[in-house]
Amino acid sequence: MSASLTLVIVMAVMYAAGVYVMLERSLTRVLIGFLLVGNATNLLIFIMSGRPGSSPIVTGTSADDMVDPMPQVLMLTAIVINFGITALLLALIYRSWWLAQLGDEGDTVTDEHSTESVNDATFRSSSDDDDAIAESLDEFERGDGATSDEDTYSRAVKPARATDAVGRADASAHEEGGAR
Amino acid sequence: MTALVPLIVCLPLLGAAVALILGRRRSLQMLVSVLSLAAAAVMSAVLLMQVDRFGPAVVQVGGWEAPWGIVLVVDRLSAIMLLISALMLLGVLLFAVGQGIVDGHTETPVSIFHPTYLVLAAGVFNAFVAGDLFSMYVGFEMLLSASYVLLTLGGTGARIRVGITYIVVSLVSSLLFLCAIALIYGATGTVTLALIAERMPDLPADIQLILGLLLLIAFGVKAAVFPMSFWLPDSYPTAPAPVTAVFAGLLTKVGVYAILRTQTLFFPDNQFSMPLMIVAALTMLAGILGSLAQADIKRLLSFTLVSHIGYMLFGIAIGTPLAIAATIFYVVHHITVQTTLFLTAGLIDRVGGTTSLSRLGGLLKSSPFVAILFFLGALNLGGIPPFSGFLGKIALFQAGTIVGDPISYVLIGVGALTSLLTLYALSRAWNLAFWRPKQQMADRTASISVSLTEDPEDAGLVQKKTISPLMVSATSAMLLLTVSLSVFAGPIFDLATRAAANISSPSTYIDTVFPNGTGAIEDSNVGTNFERGTK
Repeated sequence: MSASLTLVIVMAVMYAAGVYVMLERSLTRVLIGFLLVGNATNLLIFIMSGRPGSSPIVTGTSADDMVDPMPQVLMLTAIVINFGITALLLALIYRSWWLAQLGDEGDTVTDEHSTESVNDATFRSSSDDDDAIAESLDEFERGDGATSDEDTYSRAVKPARATDAVGRADASAHEEGGAR
Repeated sequence: MTALVPLIVCLPLLGAAVALILGRRRSLQMLVSVLSLAAAAVMSAVLLMQVDRFGPAVVQVGGWEAPWGIVLVVDRLSAIMLLISALMLLGVLLFAVGQGIVDGHTETPVSIFHPTYLVLAAGVFNAFVAGDLFSMYVGFEMLLSASYVLLTLGGTGARIRVGITYIVVSLVSSLLFLCAIALIYGATGTVTLALIAERMPDLPADIQLILGLLLLIAFGVKAAVFPMSFWLPDSYPTAPAPVTAVFAGLLTKVGVYAILRTQTLFFPDNQFSMPLMIVAALTMLAGILGSLAQADIKRLLSFTLVSHIGYMLFGIAIGTPLAIAATIFYVVHHITVQTTLFLTAGLIDRVGGTTSLSRLGGLLKSSPFVAILFFLGALNLGGIPPFSGFLGKIALFQAGTIVGDPISYVLIGVGALTSLLTLYALSRAWNLAFWRPKQQMADRTASISVSLTEDPEDAGLVQKKTISPLMVSATSAMLLLTVSLSVFAGPIFDLATRAAANISSPSTYIDTVFPNGTGAIEDSNVGTNFERGTK
């Protein structure tokens, strides 16, 4: 069996990094981990095609000089599937971020005042929340005591609650569109 | 006749496309999806009869011959699985339609639910008819992608939370499956099941071990085998009732089917018997002990689902033709009975306003018909004599005693214990939810319910909803199906025996796909052999 050592090393590194990142708490990191592991698997399939050769079928060379086309077909299918799943995961991660910002009641009220400005306000306040969360995480990593940690947590969450009313309107508009 | 094989996959996909195009015409959409699944059920019945009479149907897709093109194979096992899953998918779809009509389609919005459901059906059918490992993978991915959408339907907080766990776990198992395919291709130079089956015994034992374990782990996650089953009881109960029913009934069984197919084909010497026995015992025990602690009926049922996967693994681990036949019978029984019970749980949720046992009571009086449905389903799952649950277990135990080694006897003991504990868990549910008079419900400290843990996602008492006749009749139809499995157990078990005879030696399958022998297939495309021949 002949395979490129570089490819094997790249695959191994991608597997290792991917599994490591996948074990993180944050969903976007899980997604990145999935992408790494998925592409490492694609590389594995590619490595399984054996010795290198000229491109199959189109070049018109003899069968002995061609590379095995089968793994390439499998890889293409796997890439397409991974792509679709990634899109779905991104949507879910966005939804989960949205719910984390607005709470479970985020989208249960009918839309009465769904306008551009409301949306803008929601997003501005959510990005403030992101800053607050990032701040609290930083403090946590610096090793501050439990009390101050709790403080920043409540600071991070409270503004989110305040935007409930505005958020609901927008999200319910969202929901209705989906339901139809 | 062979035209039916690809058609059974294409028709639901086509139905999904049409249902999607029809947009807002709800009744037309529902008609399309019901019709396409009904047609699939009829086609699979015809296929089963034909396959049983004239032997397996093989289709070379696009005219490319077997080791190079995609090959679809329907033997008796595939045909049985196709028929039972088509019937069950149809029953659940009718339930969902009935629920949608009453609720105004809030739980299962027509334009999302119906196309996705049909894609799920197509994926399941594809996994059953696949004659090569990679199209089996594609079938798995189709049904999984559809299940991601169905599980997170509506996008509420709870569903997103459990949905992400479910998706990440499934993705990891899919990637493991893909790795296994890549390694098998490297080792044998093909992904066609029949050719792998022929070349696998020539591989060195250690490589066979790696490939076999990789496949087992990948399918084990899907089938919810014990150490990999933690995701199931959390994710399934959160979905809408029809979705839970179809997941519980079908998706884990697709994993079991894949284990059965690959084990019997690739490893006819049954090298993995011992590890399979051990995980089978652990799956039974861990599952049933979990279910004893649950206050929520749906969670309780999810745990029994995990534990009963253990029986099927036990059958696969024994590996004799009788055991395989018993496994097939048990799979069919379990698909129908779990679906019935989960649909009944959906009905309980509506008439009682909750599925938590500590808040349900007096249902026997208020809705006697639901009580009958639950009672018969519970007796069947618990393995009370005239029912198919009993017959399946007896057949498994008999196969175990014929082999007669100590571990089989241990497994029989564990199986009997699990069966009793299932009966205990379900009869307690019956006592609390149906038999307990309403007046006693204030008494939360009843000794029978102190040990129960509430569902962490429990929403409290929600509004009771009406149930439509269609929902009840769909559930009753599923119950009738389970009961008919008991009534016609003789012929069905004969059929399962013939199916097991088909798959208990790989040579039958190989001859089916390559009637002219595999000698003509040139080996030159196998540039990657792991020192095959130098073994």
